[in-house]
Amino acid sequence: MSAQARAGTRAARFQAKLAATEAQLAGLELPASSGWLRRARENALLRLKAMGLPEKRDEYWRYTDPARLSGATVTPAKVFQITDESAVFDGIDRLKLVFVDGVFDAQASDVLALEGIEISRLADAGQRDIHWAQDLYGAIETEGQSPVARPMAVRNTALASDGVLIRVTGKPSKPVSIVYRRKSETADAVLHHVIRLEPGAEMTLLENGPVAARFSIDLEACIADGATLHHVRAQGRDHERSGITHLFARLGEKSVFKSFTMSANGAVLRNEAVIWLNGKGGSAHVAGAAMGDGAFHHDDTVFITHAAPDCESRQVFKKVLHNGAVSVFQGKILVKQIAQLTDGYQISQALLLGDNSQFLAKPELEIYADDVKCSHGSTSGELDPDQLFYLRSRGMPEAEAQGLLVLAFLAEAVDEIASEELAEEIRVRLAGWVNRHKA
Amino acid sequence: MVALDNTMDIREGVDRETVETVQSMAGKYKHGWETDIEMEFAPKGLNEDIVRLISEKNGEPEWMLEWRLGAFRRWQSMESPDWAMLNIPEIDYQDQYYYARPTSMIEKPKSLDDVDPKLLATYKKLGIPLKEQMVLAGVEGADGEQDPERRVAVDAVFDSVSLGTTFKDELAKAGVIFCSISEAIREHPELVKKYLGSVVPVSDNYFATLNSAVFSDGSFVYVPEGTRCPMELSTYFRINAENTGQFERTLIIAEKGAYVSYLEGCTAPKRDIAQLHAAVVEIVVLEDAEVKYSTVQNWYPGDEDGKGGIYNFVTKRADCREARAKVMWTQVETGSAITWKYPSCILRGEETSGEFYSIAITNNWQQADTGTKMIHLGKNSRSRIVSKGISAGHAQNTYRGLVSMHPKATDSRNYTQCDSLLIGDQCGAHTVPYIEVKNSSSRVEHEATTSKVDDDQLFYCRSRGMDEEEAVALVVNGFCREVLQALPMEFAMEAQALVAISLEGSVG
Repeated sequence: MSAQARAGTRAARFQAKLAATEAQLAGLELPASSGWLRRARENALLRLKAMGLPEKRDEYWRYTDPARLSGATVTPAKVFQITDESAVFDGIDRLKLVFVDGVFDAQASDVLALEGIEISRLADAGQRDIHWAQDLYGAIETEGQSPVARPMAVRNTALASDGVLIRVTGKPSKPVSIVYRRKSETADAVLHHVIRLEPGAEMTLLENGPVAARFSIDLEACIADGATLHHVRAQGRDHERSGITHLFARLGEKSVFKSFTMSANGAVLRNEAVIWLNGKGGSAHVAGAAMGDGAFHHDDTVFITHAAPDCESRQVFKKVLHNGAVSVFQGKILVKQIAQLTDGYQISQALLLGDNSQFLAKPELEIYADDVKCSHGSTSGELDPDQLFYLRSRGMPEAEAQGLLVLAFLAEAVDEIASEELAEEIRVRLAGWVNRHKA
Repeated sequence: MVALDNTMDIREGVDRETVETVQSMAGKYKHGWETDIEMEFAPKGLNEDIVRLISEKNGEPEWMLEWRLGAFRRWQSMESPDWAMLNIPEIDYQDQYYYARPTSMIEKPKSLDDVDPKLLATYKKLGIPLKEQMVLAGVEGADGEQDPERRVAVDAVFDSVSLGTTFKDELAKAGVIFCSISEAIREHPELVKKYLGSVVPVSDNYFATLNSAVFSDGSFVYVPEGTRCPMELSTYFRINAENTGQFERTLIIAEKGAYVSYLEGCTAPKRDIAQLHAAVVEIVVLEDAEVKYSTVQNWYPGDEDGKGGIYNFVTKRADCREARAKVMWTQVETGSAITWKYPSCILRGEETSGEFYSIAITNNWQQADTGTKMIHLGKNSRSRIVSKGISAGHAQNTYRGLVSMHPKATDSRNYTQCDSLLIGDQCGAHTVPYIEVKNSSSRVEHEATTSKVDDDQLFYCRSRGMDEEEAVALVVNGFCREVLQALPMEFAMEAQALVAISLEGSVG
């Protein structure tokens, strides 16, 4: 067989993928809109049809089956009622935006006004002819499609029915908090947020709640020179829901982005972060604490590109897995030739408790600049018997000793949260989870 | 070279002269000459007739031919892998010779003494002893006497044929079979039938399947139960003919409680046109047996502009089939324009152990995508990976590895350390590890770092009078130390020198 004919089989598989995508999208209607938003959606739909929806055999999806996230139908998921603890961030003074099953609820939300920021709803802004977000919506996402395609993010850009557009010009006095509530067992929420921080601006963005039976959330953040975005997210405790999120961040000179995510429970949950350090002296930290017991499949996929000199990046991911829970970490640091003096660090660790839990990791470095300091570490194992023995010998009951060690293990990720007040909100929920799920 | 002189621990039994011999090896690719000899070629191209012809030339039985044809048919429906971080120019498999042997080898010489002197001279020039009273260059004592402790049996493979194997009689006394694979197929068909393709199945991957169809020669080692092989075994591969692919196949079997250490070396002439090398090595390790496999891969890497060189697509795998079997891979990869190679361990038995030590050096336009797979299937299995990648010039160097802990491989351990060093700002160093842990009691640790040659260390060396290249060679040798120390002494000396040579021209 000739080389061309052999190449043909790979091409044939790709054609089959495109045909399957076409079939799945057939008859699908884009949300009603006009103007710039309509154009962005149509463009995304074309891009999606050209790349195809993800398949299990795709290298980027080797550890997580995308079928449940991209399929035409939603797997119903029971709504989980939390009665044993207050909702996270409840004690924080914040500007609250509430979405119920993926639809903005103006009555439950605060008035969208705060000094130093402009907020609008995607569904409203999309009707206007001109809006600041039109240069960003789908644009940072498009930049994030190379070198690895992220078709689920494109699908979101095409289909997102709601979301918020936040422009930060100063330093607002309190965090903006997006709260996702659930009522329906079958809702399929597609949300897309855009945030622009003007030079020197600073904001904290909070997200919490289970969102919907199935959800897809894209967040595009343009962080201009000298601006800072803090992001703390808690993804609720619903067991049966499935979801995918994408965090696209583009950083300017000396800008800072710090993101932390707490994930507990969930049938399939994938959090992707795609970060570009485009200006000198930028700093990006992404951290996550994920906990699951039994039917839990969690995936953290992170891609940080150093495209400017003298930047720093950190990835800190911790997973606590009980009784057959599965967690994935795919992390990459890409250092372009121009990005001399890069400091890149990445750690992914799993605690496997009970039988049959799985940790699947692909921590990658791709480096084209020589004057760099990059390292990654990845470990997986049980609780250290020596540490347990130490605590037990000091009179601590076994369950308590285990809990203490699990929380200590998660601490490095929580320490990435800059605000002590917010870190404490998270620590309390982590401790709650750990106490409810003893090995 | 000051680098080697002052800093390396010279192992006992190696004197100054030896060190100087190795030092004198410094220079550009020094094995780039060719042997002018009359060759017999099979017609160019790849088809069933060529497969039949190779089988016939080797005097193979019918079952072997069928095995090859099966592989060839399978290969035709396969695709060349595209997942490695390699830019592989399209290879025209029809524009190659698949079989080339010196005309003087048509009538198989009775012993090495009858082999064409030109061929013997080739190996002499390469420093490979084909006479039993000689030892590998670099280790002979001051008086030229050999140390009986340090004898090495050699199988010399020249293009598609094995010229002969030394120390056969003495090995036979110990019950060890060491011969070319073509001879083994004729003389020991029961062993070959039982084990060939049992570690690397015929359809394992594109290049292994191609090799299964067209392999022409290679080495066969059988160490019987409870036997410690009395000397190191070695195969030296030389590509000489132009436009010719070399497809060797090596099969090593260590029965219960056996031990063998095996060395592999390879070189090729300088040519403008790239040449193909697709080898398969299979190792079967049974209960309590141990195999050490060391490679110094020094195929022609191409010139400063990336012209020519060997495309090295190799499948190497060891199967620790029974309890407490042990395997250790050590590789020094300095040559080849493109390296695609992942020596792997299947840790099937309980308490088995696999180790992988690797130095991969790429300079100029070389590309390497290399690493290992540790597949833990048995309880209490252990593995250790130490990989050092050095990239200079415009080269790209990737470590790619898999550590897999299956649900039943409880209480197993893995430790992985991969370090990359960059010399210059036009090259790349990449790490692509896959870690798959499917039971809770196993422990896996992976660490990787990437950095440049430390300025302070360089300054220290320079201030003591070393020139810049010497200083870099010294620092790099220090960086590689853990792996160099895992090599048998004969290779360690050569490898240290190679590290320096491979990086020549990378500074300034």
